[in-house]
Amino acid sequence: MTINNIWVVVEPSNGALTTTSLELLTHARSLSSNVAAITWGGDGAALAAQAGDYGAATLHDTGSLNNSLPGAPVAAAIAGLIASAGAPDAILIPTSYDGRDIAGRLSARLDRPVLTNITGLNNEGGLVSEHPIFGGTQIVKAAFTAEGPGIYVIRAKSFVAESAGGAAASVNTIAVGDTGATATATITSSHAEERTGPKLEEAAVVVSGGRGLGEAANYQLISDIAKLLNGAAGASRAIVDAGWVPYSHQVGQTGKTVKPTVYIACGISGATQHMVGMKGSKNIVAINKDPDAPIFQIADFGIVGDVHKVLPALIAALQARG
Amino acid sequence: MFPGLIYADEISPRFVSMNIVVCVKQIPDPAAPQSLEPSHNLNRTGKLILDEADTYGVEMALQLVDAAGTGEVTVVSMGSAADLSGVRNALAMGAAKAIIISDDALRGTDALGTAKVLAAAIRRVNPDLVIAATESSDGYTGTTPVQVAELLGLPSITFAKSVTIDGSTVKVARQTEAGYDDVTSPLPCLVTVTAGVVEPRYASFKGIMAAKSKPVEQLTAADLGLSAETGSAGARQHIVAVVTAEAREAGDIHVDEGDGADKIVAFLDSIKVL
Repeated sequence: MTINNIWVVVEPSNGALTTTSLELLTHARSLSSNVAAITWGGDGAALAAQAGDYGAATLHDTGSLNNSLPGAPVAAAIAGLIASAGAPDAILIPTSYDGRDIAGRLSARLDRPVLTNITGLNNEGGLVSEHPIFGGTQIVKAAFTAEGPGIYVIRAKSFVAESAGGAAASVNTIAVGDTGATATATITSSHAEERTGPKLEEAAVVVSGGRGLGEAANYQLISDIAKLLNGAAGASRAIVDAGWVPYSHQVGQTGKTVKPTVYIACGISGATQHMVGMKGSKNIVAINKDPDAPIFQIADFGIVGDVHKVLPALIAALQARG
Repeated sequence: MFPGLIYADEISPRFVSMNIVVCVKQIPDPAAPQSLEPSHNLNRTGKLILDEADTYGVEMALQLVDAAGTGEVTVVSMGSAADLSGVRNALAMGAAKAIIISDDALRGTDALGTAKVLAAAIRRVNPDLVIAATESSDGYTGTTPVQVAELLGLPSITFAKSVTIDGSTVKVARQTEAGYDDVTSPLPCLVTVTAGVVEPRYASFKGIMAAKSKPVEQLTAADLGLSAETGSAGARQHIVAVVTAEAREAGDIHVDEGDGADKIVAFLDSIKVL
């Protein structure tokens, strides 16, 4: 089946599009020759070059949302665009805080179902999406049975972003329209956590800690090793829930998806929910005192041992290397 | 401003009634082995528990009602009523009553269908605030709460790491990629909470005993005026296939004999990370 047209929701961040947005644009152009992008926030003119470079001919832009949370107004704008221009075959949306809000709002507004947690999307006589379940050991393939547009919410790092070298997208301003009482949630201030070293999602080396560390203070070992390897420090859901480290460090189904050159899991048993976020890593190193921990089933290299002994020794060895 | 008149926002929040609905889900114990039925539905025949992700919302709601001084927490759930221990757990924590929508016709309902059912049930309570987890721990769709908000015509603030009520306004610290945003919205509103927003209490013995006599209203889809659009027939999406993912081969595993760190360094050398 020919996919006539695809819209991609592209997310602005500090005057550029997020990496996941570029991954989705890249994949969209492999599925259809007619790709448009949709954005918000008032930087449309600046984002048009990037959107075009990655394959969008048109960038539909709501303009400034006056600090409203984007979910309701952007969904309303997309619904308005569908009413005036007709529905595309598919709408691709990044799995992100705002992306998920937009997808849910749009689904209810259009009365169309939504597929989420997608890691693959192919044309197999129609679009078929892939969803990892049970810790990524099985893949569910799903398709919509009703008329479009299909709403697909796609996880980060499902595809590789590649520039197409296209000209800047033409910017089309779209109206938000009537949102009733739904768009009254307003951002009053923003706070950035201090971060040293590379971003978790982009680091070549990720060192993560879990409950096996025993107590919050021992997370310093993880931070130290990450710093020595010029990597980022991650965490299992268990220790984020326990309040040892902020949510922004969480790797897994409900946290970030990482695909570094090497992932070093320290005191992490390998719960399903964690594995989904890191099993795509090129190399996996595991340190755990339980030889039966599931993490060893996917580790390329494992040490059955006590993190309280192995990690300080590793820090000393890395320091000795200078 | 007229002297002598008291405006709503000047009334101490301590005396404002706060009625909160918490959406909860009873799920198969995530620690037990999971499987799919031939229909591709998740096998839910084993014991069901209150999704741990929902305990944070129940606790948050109880604390907000407590801060307001009056009001109550109602839990709303869709799923089998054959085993209500998960819902009873929420009541034992302190929720006043429960509504459970249980109907064989709802098997296979998708996220939007679930949202329609929950929205119809919530409408009967007409709460000031609706709280849900950011996603369930079994299905992970993660869109149902926002779909509920849209169906109810409510604003929503997702991924809350703290929630406070100030008069008729809800104030939330919302998780972002960079850190967090302070977000406010007038009530009524829907808020989704992350794990860690509060520390859920354990149900006391007294709470467990009290929960046994708290009202649990059981409804069918028809009671809510819904039928055709729910259940697997209304899902409008289907599973094409379930395939086994390419397995990672187990690697080189060593027992630490004091040389574990050196072995890791050697491995990192071999993959040219050092």
